[in-house]
Amino acid sequence: MADTSHLQPGRKIQAPAPPAPAPAGEHAAVTHAAVTHAATEHAHPGPKVYIAVALWLGVATAIEIGLYYLKMPHGLFIGLLLFLMIVKFTTVVAYFMHLKFDSPIFRRLMVAGIALAIAVYTIVLTTFGLFR
Amino acid sequence: MATAEHSSSAKPGAHQTSTGLDNAKIAMWAFLGSECLLFGALISTYLLYRNHGGSGPLPHEVYDIPFTSVSSFVLLMSSLTMVLALAAIQRGDHHSSRVWLIATALLGMTFVSGQVYEFTIFVREGFTVRSSPAGSAFFILTSFHGAHVTVGILMLLSLVSLSLRGRLPTERATTVEYVGLYWHFVDIVWIVIFTIVYLIPSTK
Repeated sequence: MADTSHLQPGRKIQAPAPPAPAPAGEHAAVTHAAVTHAATEHAHPGPKVYIAVALWLGVATAIEIGLYYLKMPHGLFIGLLLFLMIVKFTTVVAYFMHLKFDSPIFRRLMVAGIALAIAVYTIVLTTFGLFR
Repeated sequence: MATAEHSSSAKPGAHQTSTGLDNAKIAMWAFLGSECLLFGALISTYLLYRNHGGSGPLPHEVYDIPFTSVSSFVLLMSSLTMVLALAAIQRGDHHSSRVWLIATALLGMTFVSGQVYEFTIFVREGFTVRSSPAGSAFFILTSFHGAHVTVGILMLLSLVSLSLRGRLPTERATTVEYVGLYWHFVDIVWIVIFTIVYLIPSTK
């Protein structure tokens, strides 16, 4: 049976009690964390930087395609392509996604995902004999 | 009561968080981190099956590298227009922001159209999703990416619509930033796919 005593006529509705103030130590810790993370953010770059980054990405892609048509040792070819891929990837993440300028928390989230993916799938591919 | 009224009138996102950062942005980054695992699985599957030609040709026998290179360049440049749209709305220039958002959507549409055209050529040459394990892995990977680009285009067009109706003020520039993060992520996934799937040939 539900308690309906609070619905009785004539009974005054009491305002909810205000939330208890956080202990000074806890509040101070939260404020400190907020200030610390906010302080680690920097201003985003302007359009000129973005255009320069895009030009570099275009040049890197052109180099990749040029390498595809060049004759060179297979290991060197793969090494150069992977290097350029990582540089392009990092450039977009750092400048266009602002990880270079934003709070380190965002960087950690992304790096955690990438590191986990690389670790898991390297193990999977090794298990299935891709690198043999 | 007074507390409830105060809460309902507060601006969204104006509350203090324990990190001092926007929770929605943290959620977006966590989502993108998890997407790395999804695309990692699809790329790994392709790497395992790319030499299993079955009854059809192998992937490297049908690739058109010059065509895909142009598509890659188009998607890279869409990241530039996206970040310019964000910079514009952050400085209160809504007209420029809309122009850059529309440009990003158009570049995305160009990329998806190129992908569809590429698929039709592959199918004509006998490389289909059913022809071989390599075909299945390739089409599932690239289609998943194409679907992500398509969702991104829909989000961009929604932003343009909101902006035209005056519902995307400068204070809500973070909405453009979230969509931008998603769009750039789609771009970096393609950077990986273009190199690993298209440019690095099979060693066997």
